Amino acid sequence: MSSSFTHQFDTPTYKGTSTVPTGLFINGKFVEPVEKGTIDVLNPALTAEAVNGKVITSVAAERWGLKVPGTQRGRILNKLADLIQANADEFSALEVLNVGKTFNAARNADIPGSIAVLRYYAGWADKIQGKTIETNEKKLAYTRHEPIGVVGAIIPWNYPLMMLSCKIGPALAAGNVVILKPSELTPLTALRLCPLLVEAGFPDGVINIVNGYAFTGSTLTGRKIMEAASKTNLKDVIFELGGKSPSIIFDDVDLEQTVKWVSRGIFTNQGQVCTAGSRIFVQAGIYDKFLKAFTEHALSLKVGDPFARDTYQGPQRIMGYIKSGKEDGATVHIGGERHGNEGYFIQPTIFTECKSNMKIVQEEIFGPVAAVVKFTTEEEAIEQANNTLYWSCLLCLHQDIDRAIRVAHSIEAGTAWINCHNSTELSVPFGGFKQSGIGRELGEYALEHYTNVKAVHVNIGHRI
Amino acid sequence: MPSTFAHEFKTPTFQTKVAFSTGLFINGQFVDGSDNTTIDVINPTNGKVITSVSEGTSKDVDLAVEAAHKAFDTTWGLHAPGAQRSILMAKLAALMEKNADELAALEALDNGKTFKWARNADVAGSIDCIRYYAGWADKVTGQVQETTEDKLTYTRHEPIGVVGQIIPWNFPLLMMAWKLGPALACGNTIVLKPSEFTPLTAIRMCHLINEAGFPPGVVNVVSGYGNTVGNAISSHMKIEKVAFTGSTLVGRKIMEAAAKSNLKNVTLELGGKSPNIIFDDADIEQAVNWAVHGIFWNHGQTCCAGSRIFVQEGIHDEFLKRFTEKTRSLKVGDPFAPDTFQGPQVSEIQFNRIMSYIESGKAAGAKVEIGGERLGSEGYFIKPTIFTNVDPSMKIVQEEIFGPVGVVIKFKDEEDVVRQANDTVYGLAAAVFTQNLNRAINTAHRLKAGTAWINCVNSLHSNVPFGGFKQSGIGRELGEYALANYTAVKSVHVNLGHRM
Repeated sequence: MSSSFTHQFDTPTYKGTSTVPTGLFINGKFVEPVEKGTIDVLNPALTAEAVNGKVITSVAAERWGLKVPGTQRGRILNKLADLIQANADEFSALEVLNVGKTFNAARNADIPGSIAVLRYYAGWADKIQGKTIETNEKKLAYTRHEPIGVVGAIIPWNYPLMMLSCKIGPALAAGNVVILKPSELTPLTALRLCPLLVEAGFPDGVINIVNGYAFTGSTLTGRKIMEAASKTNLKDVIFELGGKSPSIIFDDVDLEQTVKWVSRGIFTNQGQVCTAGSRIFVQAGIYDKFLKAFTEHALSLKVGDPFARDTYQGPQRIMGYIKSGKEDGATVHIGGERHGNEGYFIQPTIFTECKSNMKIVQEEIFGPVAAVVKFTTEEEAIEQANNTLYWSCLLCLHQDIDRAIRVAHSIEAGTAWINCHNSTELSVPFGGFKQSGIGRELGEYALEHYTNVKAVHVNIGHRI
Repeated sequence: MPSTFAHEFKTPTFQTKVAFSTGLFINGQFVDGSDNTTIDVINPTNGKVITSVSEGTSKDVDLAVEAAHKAFDTTWGLHAPGAQRSILMAKLAALMEKNADELAALEALDNGKTFKWARNADVAGSIDCIRYYAGWADKVTGQVQETTEDKLTYTRHEPIGVVGQIIPWNFPLLMMAWKLGPALACGNTIVLKPSEFTPLTAIRMCHLINEAGFPPGVVNVVSGYGNTVGNAISSHMKIEKVAFTGSTLVGRKIMEAAAKSNLKNVTLELGGKSPNIIFDDADIEQAVNWAVHGIFWNHGQTCCAGSRIFVQEGIHDEFLKRFTEKTRSLKVGDPFAPDTFQGPQVSEIQFNRIMSYIESGKAAGAKVEIGGERLGSEGYFIKPTIFTNVDPSMKIVQEEIFGPVGVVIKFKDEEDVVRQANDTVYGLAAAVFTQNLNRAINTAHRLKAGTAWINCVNSLHSNVPFGGFKQSGIGRELGEYALANYTAVKSVHVNLGHRM
């Protein structure tokens, strides 16, 4: 019998009890790991709770695939979405407890987003199509887009339930069986999901949740995974990795809107977003006005109890980069310090007088730390924006249609946002150029990664 | 100054003089390697040196990448619209057609395949492939998605930039075409390493690329060895994508190098041990002819070769008799003689490898129905070989031999043969011979392979995708599917009114 974790929520935004099974979910059941071991799950806002888990190998049953028609797979995925919806508040509260994001953000972004992704891919499940290809009249040639079989998924801690949904959505729609490892830091919503998987009607073994440790770091993890793939069975790999995305603001912007979007770009989820607009390039003509308005807005963001009604930013985990920014000579315009002395809260921070070789400008901080850089010409902005190993996203703010589209097209990034930021859509693909990743998630594009193309050639008369 | 290869072909099927520089092709020029060394090109019919070509090093790869980046930023990429790329590619195809006989002769001389096959399969297929992708160049399309009315979202399928391509020796020109086609159509610039065993047609192509009018730096060809040039390409920090065709062993090294360098995207076309399944109701004459084509075409040096031939018990003895007869009739000898079916294997290394597999088969107790030994005493000729009385644990049944060696296995029923056929780490191709519609389609669908042939084998087209399941590879070449390997998807979200 594996154990469970029960928590009583009594907060301004949520009151209720949640029980989360804490074993490994394999083949439809909760089991103890082969080697007894546990991972401590920390509530980044308060205290430590203990959860069972350790990585073991598991065998997933193949009672899925093409034996269960797409329409049926879609129905089950939709049922799962319904069940999460029915328990939306509880899932939100667990996510807040585990990650430290605010209840408002979890309830209005993470959980509805997760539900929407599952419904989106439920709709694709019976629309997986190959092609017939004209060659000559003595041959019938067509392709089948078959499920791959067993796929592995390893997800991060910044949007636990959302990342889980983005992975299982297309994988299951395409007929694969999944072994998923949540982050060892944030397993609670994944575990809470498991009984719902059974209730939704997924056959045993179709989705397996196995807790365990991964390597630290994101791009580093990506490398280790690809290396492991090359040394074992050459499995196909896709990655969503880090970013150091530029936000580019031209003189002719709507200042009020710009400040709000840029702030959303860097301070959403405490800056713990791969797409965070962490390098903010501001054209000289509007620089002073922008900085003043941006600073005022940043100072108005409440840092504190994630369950409080008006908190914008919850607690988090990193300070070393701020120190390096100060040491490298950047100016701390606001913030730059810890907030309070319990938990992992950091003040929203803006650095100015940044130079492109500083660590705070080159490396992904993954925190509420913005580096603001002044520029004069469009060419300069593009060159500086492209001067990075990462190529994740771009925010481009201005009203001139030619410039808007031209700049968006010139920046080497997987997503370009014009006059908005961190505005992801389920039907639009998402992924990185260069060291920000391989492959695309979301949209129809994700299905490619979860299908194996088989070409069938039927000879209907060519004799040799 | 790099050397010139000057040669006179005086053969029964082809006579002409050729002369061209054999330097590295970087930024539109033929140059010496940085270390001023060369690689000997060996004639596999007799082991003698044909000529030597410049040898590249990692420094030369750096130079090539630099040239490729410059071209991508100025004269190629999206600076050369699709229609323009299409015209240049069509010109290249026309020049290949004009020089088709010469290309075929060079291929036969270098690789050992027969001039006839080189002309009718390799060169014809290469021209077709370049023409096919020339047609795609102005049809690279993205998507517009419906989200809400205050947003416009669309995707651009942009070229990646500089791509690395490493090709094998078994179909040198064809493999070059399969790589150049989609990469150029999508607007990428290229650094390509031909096999050190068979560089001649790749180098000759560079002259045609100049003649066609491609801007300098768009295509760069650096001859060299795998552990120098190949490794430099797969580890290069400024190459965002590498495509490799070759052995599974080297495929792993490429993926590892990509992981350790800059996480470049990797597509791989690797080995196979493809099953060819013949049911009782097959058209036996056709099954025999296709089976011969399946394992003996190109001297068995084909990744998708039908090397495990499963024959249902009812038809087994008759099939084996006819298959052996047909094999006996295949002429092995001078690639330039008009009635030769099979020339030598490509190199001494390959020859030794195949002979050692043959020896292992004999030692394990398999029966040699025909062949099983060298032909003659000069060059790397091996007699077409058929083994029977094998069991699945034998190396000749499990491992890819890459030579004219087939194993014939008797089977009982569909369940039995599908299980045996799928019992391999590979999954490149499979073939089924039967006249029964349901059995044909169901079996083809159940076989774990990227290509399933029904009543044919080794029958490819530029427009039908090709690639492996399992350890036979990652990604698909040919067809529209190949374009995905050479584009970077950018999503653009335009806010038309959502105010915060």
